[in-house]
Amino acid sequence: MKRNLFSAIMLTIVTLLFFSGVYTFVVWGIAQVAPNKGKGEIIEANGKKYYANIGQLFNDDKYFYSRPSAVGYNAAGSGGSNKGPSNNEYLGQVKARIDTFLVHNPEIDKSEIPIDLVTASGSGLDPNISPKAATVQIKRIAAIRKIPSEKLTKLIADQTERPLFGLFGPEKINVLKLNLALDNLN
Amino acid sequence: MNTEIFGVIVMFLITCILAIPFGKYIAKVYTGEKTWLDSLFSPFEKIFFKISRINPASQMNWKEHMVALLTINLIWFLLGMFVLMNQGWLPLNPDQNPGMSAHLAFNTVISFVVNCNLQHYSGETGLSYLGQLWLMFLQFVSAGTGMAAAAVLFTALKERTTTELGNFYNYFIKSCTRILLPISLLTAIILVFNGTPMTFDGKDTMISLQGDSIQVSRGPAAGFIAIKHVGTNGGGFFGVNSAHPFENPNYLTNMTEMVAQMIIPLAMIFALGYFLNRKRLSYMIFGTMTVGFLALAIPNIVMEMHGNPAITQMGIDTSAGAMEGKEIRFGAAASGFWSIATTVISTGSVNAMHDSTMPLSGMNELLAMIINSFYGGVGVGILNFFIFIILAVFISGLMVGRTPEFLGKKVEAREVKIAIIIALIHPFLILVGTALSVALPQYTMDTLNNPGFHGFSEMLYEFTSASANNGSGFEGLGDNTLWWNISTGFVLILSRFIPIIGPVAIAGLLAGKKYIPESAGTLKTDTSTFGLMVFAVIVIIAALTFFPALAIGPIAEYFSMK
Repeated sequence: MKRNLFSAIMLTIVTLLFFSGVYTFVVWGIAQVAPNKGKGEIIEANGKKYYANIGQLFNDDKYFYSRPSAVGYNAAGSGGSNKGPSNNEYLGQVKARIDTFLVHNPEIDKSEIPIDLVTASGSGLDPNISPKAATVQIKRIAAIRKIPSEKLTKLIADQTERPLFGLFGPEKINVLKLNLALDNLN
Repeated sequence: MNTEIFGVIVMFLITCILAIPFGKYIAKVYTGEKTWLDSLFSPFEKIFFKISRINPASQMNWKEHMVALLTINLIWFLLGMFVLMNQGWLPLNPDQNPGMSAHLAFNTVISFVVNCNLQHYSGETGLSYLGQLWLMFLQFVSAGTGMAAAAVLFTALKERTTTELGNFYNYFIKSCTRILLPISLLTAIILVFNGTPMTFDGKDTMISLQGDSIQVSRGPAAGFIAIKHVGTNGGGFFGVNSAHPFENPNYLTNMTEMVAQMIIPLAMIFALGYFLNRKRLSYMIFGTMTVGFLALAIPNIVMEMHGNPAITQMGIDTSAGAMEGKEIRFGAAASGFWSIATTVISTGSVNAMHDSTMPLSGMNELLAMIINSFYGGVGVGILNFFIFIILAVFISGLMVGRTPEFLGKKVEAREVKIAIIIALIHPFLILVGTALSVALPQYTMDTLNNPGFHGFSEMLYEFTSASANNGSGFEGLGDNTLWWNISTGFVLILSRFIPIIGPVAIAGLLAGKKYIPESAGTLKTDTSTFGLMVFAVIVIIAALTFFPALAIGPIAEYFSMK
């Protein structure tokens, strides 16, 4: 037992140095040649910098909306709603989001609203929306910004990211990049 | 074909294909044959052994193995309590996060020591970078502990008649350096090049395009996220785990993390075959486990892609699936697949919120943890499955009137008794824990995030996750309270160490017995018939013991939505 205790303590110390120290340092070292030195991917635009992967709140009618977030896009405290599928209070909230969307987008038929625009993401920081979710907002933005719809359709097509290698996973649009490109149209 | 479904199929196939050569490699590591990583890691290992005064060639019997295992785990627990309660003033704390309360530290340390990673804190606010690095250390060594125990089992099954079962420290260190470390490093590199942070800088501030000021948490995350999957630990660096855009930035990282978490549990099965030179046995185990895995995963993919009927009724376009709690970049299919992969193996990392999955998807997640051996966690998955094999050998022996034997050793009353205790301790801990939580509403009622049947499921899930050493949660549950921290803390300890000691004890006892050569009267254990038998034992134990609890949780919720 005593022998085991000594071995256990010493082995803990050396492996702690090895895994928390050496391994961490190696990965950190490799990160120095990665994009932005491993500090998160950055987009620079108009002299400001944004994190490409961290979703932002867009609820202004002149921008493409981002998804609802349970934590208000708080990037220092991620979180989902964790509402169960049968929770009545939650279903009421979804209904309210649909109604609000229809008020702001009167030319849209309810059946065109895609699910991602009325449900909160897992992280509360989802940087993406589906192409459908962008398309359904064209009429509103065209009217507010006085841009022809065709131009916006093309913008969305340009900003749509294909599945990985064209084969795996869903299509998506980065809302921040889309809105930055939208600002550049004017 | 639908790219979402295609992505899932390819993810799974890549894992299966890689698992076979990797299993061969693992077998070589444990038999001590030469591998190409020897020259890199041998010098380190020699230093470790020298400083700790360990002779890696000295032999231990099964009891000595368990004493060594428990002693070093105790050291980790004590040191961990110190680090987490004092992280506030210790170095590497740029965001000035406070030390943990005693009961939260108790739960967290145990949870990481036992490879569970139930997290009652949120990474951004609950841990300093030192705390994170300490937990990352535990992610390596707790996985190594499980694998070392499996290696003892392998050795015991291989030897004809012996009490000498190798050296615990040798298996443990080699599991960490030769198996866990190389894949973790590879995974971490893929992550940092795809946007996962690996920095010691604290929070950053940015102004959003709409003009809001935002704080962005960062940290040395990539190394942590790699081992969290490779060691099937599952504890996230950030609060929402692999749903966080830093932890899992795109579909490529999602595939990488999926392969990383499934590869060792799958490879261990093939490693067993190579190690014992009984490949057919590993095919039987792999086949049985895969049937079980797919029987849970496919329905979840279908249900999540189908969407929430209560929202479809509102008349909107739900063709993308049940997107509450899910991320666009993964989609419903990959999230549904992940929800089962992470629960059958004991990872418990999530890329979507399980609390918001469909009722029967939630049931499948629970079943995956209840069974806990359709692949299972690194090392311990195969230990759990071994228990079901022993029970199946016993029952089939009784059915056909032959002496129960496994790999040339008689399975007698003592082994079967241990197996039964192990098989029953899991339902006992889960059901008693849940029942107590229901009986003590003053401690639990306010912590629920959803009413009705779903609220019950949240409590059932918490104890199932703790007892399966899984670590995922119906995360709506406000679990950082005295009740949840202490009750699940004890469940964690019991459900980790008893199911390690039990199978190793059985194997140790079997190893000491006389070897009986196979004859015409021997029950063949490497056939599909026997695989079916094991499957039946698993289904009966899981279905019968848990059906009432599932009926008042997810099943009732499902029917209430009709």
